[in-house]
Amino acid sequence: MGGFLLVTIQVDMHDRLALTLQDDLTSMVVRHRARGVLIDISALEMVDSFIGRMLGTIASMATLLDAITVVVGMQPSVAITLVELGLPLKGIRTALDVEKGMAALQTALAENEDGGDEAHQQ
Amino acid sequence: MKLISSESVPVRTPEDIVAVRQAVRRKAVKLGFGLVDQTKVVTASSELARNTLDYGGGGIVQLEIVESERSKSGLRLIFEDRGPGIPDIDLALSDGYTTGAGMGLGLGGAKRLSHEFEIWSKPGEGTRVSILRWK
Ligand SMILES: Nc1ncnc2c1ncn2[C@@H]1O[C@H](COP(=O)(O)OP(=O)(O)OP(=O)(O)O)[C@@H](O)[C@H]1O
Ligand SMILES: [Mg+2]
Repeated sequence: MGGFLLVTIQVDMHDRLALTLQDDLTSMVVRHRARGVLIDISALEMVDSFIGRMLGTIASMATLLDAITVVVGMQPSVAITLVELGLPLKGIRTALDVEKGMAALQTALAENEDGGDEAHQQ
Repeated sequence: MKLISSESVPVRTPEDIVAVRQAVRRKAVKLGFGLVDQTKVVTASSELARNTLDYGGGGIVQLEIVESERSKSGLRLIFEDRGPGIPDIDLALSDGYTTGAGMGLGLGGAKRLSHEFEIWSKPGEGTRVSILRWK
C-alpha cells in the first residue's frame, strides 16, 4: 500500500491497446493506492500524438488520485521528433532512466508531504 | 523525379496503423536513413494513417522510394481515402484545430516532420496527403 507502480511498455501499441493500458493503469493506482507511477518507454521507437495524449491522460488521472507520474527512458530520437511534432507533453515529468525516475518520485512525494504538513499547521 | 519502387498497405483497423509504421520503418532503414530521420518519417506516417482511418473511414497508403535528378533518394508516402473530405484545409492544418477528440497536431506535425507536403481534398470525394523525406 502506498508504493510505486512500474510499467514497462514493450511493444508498438495500437490505439485500442494504448487506451486499455490507460484504463488498467488508472484502476491499478486505485487498487494499490499507489503514490507514484513510473512508465518506462525506453523500448518505444516512436511516440505520436496518440501515445503522447495517453501519457498525459495517465498523468492527470494519477494526479486526481493523488499519485505522481514519471515517464522514463525516452529515446533522444523520440524526444527530438516530439518537439518538431509540436506535442507539448505539459505536466508530464520525465527522467532519463528508472533509477533516476524513482529518485524523482521520492523527491516529489517528499515535497508533497512537506507541503501537506505546512498546510495542516496553518 | 524517378519512381524506384512502390508498395501499398491498407488502413482499415488500428492494427493497420502499426503495420504502416513498421512498413515505413523498414523502407527508411533500407534507404539508410539515420535514426532521427527514421523516427520523424515513422511518426508522420502514424499521424496521417490515423487520420485516414478516423476521419477518412479507412483507405490506403502508398510507400514509394523515389530518386531525384541528382540521384538523391527519398521516401514518399501517399495516404488516400474516399471519406468526407476536408472543407477548409488551412484551418485543418492549423495546430490545435480538431473536429475529433485529438489535439489537432497530426496534419501540421506531419508537415513539419517532412521535407515536402501536399494535400488534396474535396468534400464528398475524399482526401489525399503526400509527404516526402529525402535521405
Ligand atoms: N483524411 C481526412 N479526412 C477528413 N478530415 C480530415 C482528414 N484528416 C484530417 N481531417 C480533419 O482535419 C482535422 C485536423 O487533423 P489533425 O490530424 O491535425 O488533428 P486531429 O486528428 O484532430 O488530432 P490529432 O492528430 O492531434 O490527434 C481533423 O480533426 C479532421 O477534421
Ligand atoms: Mg490526426
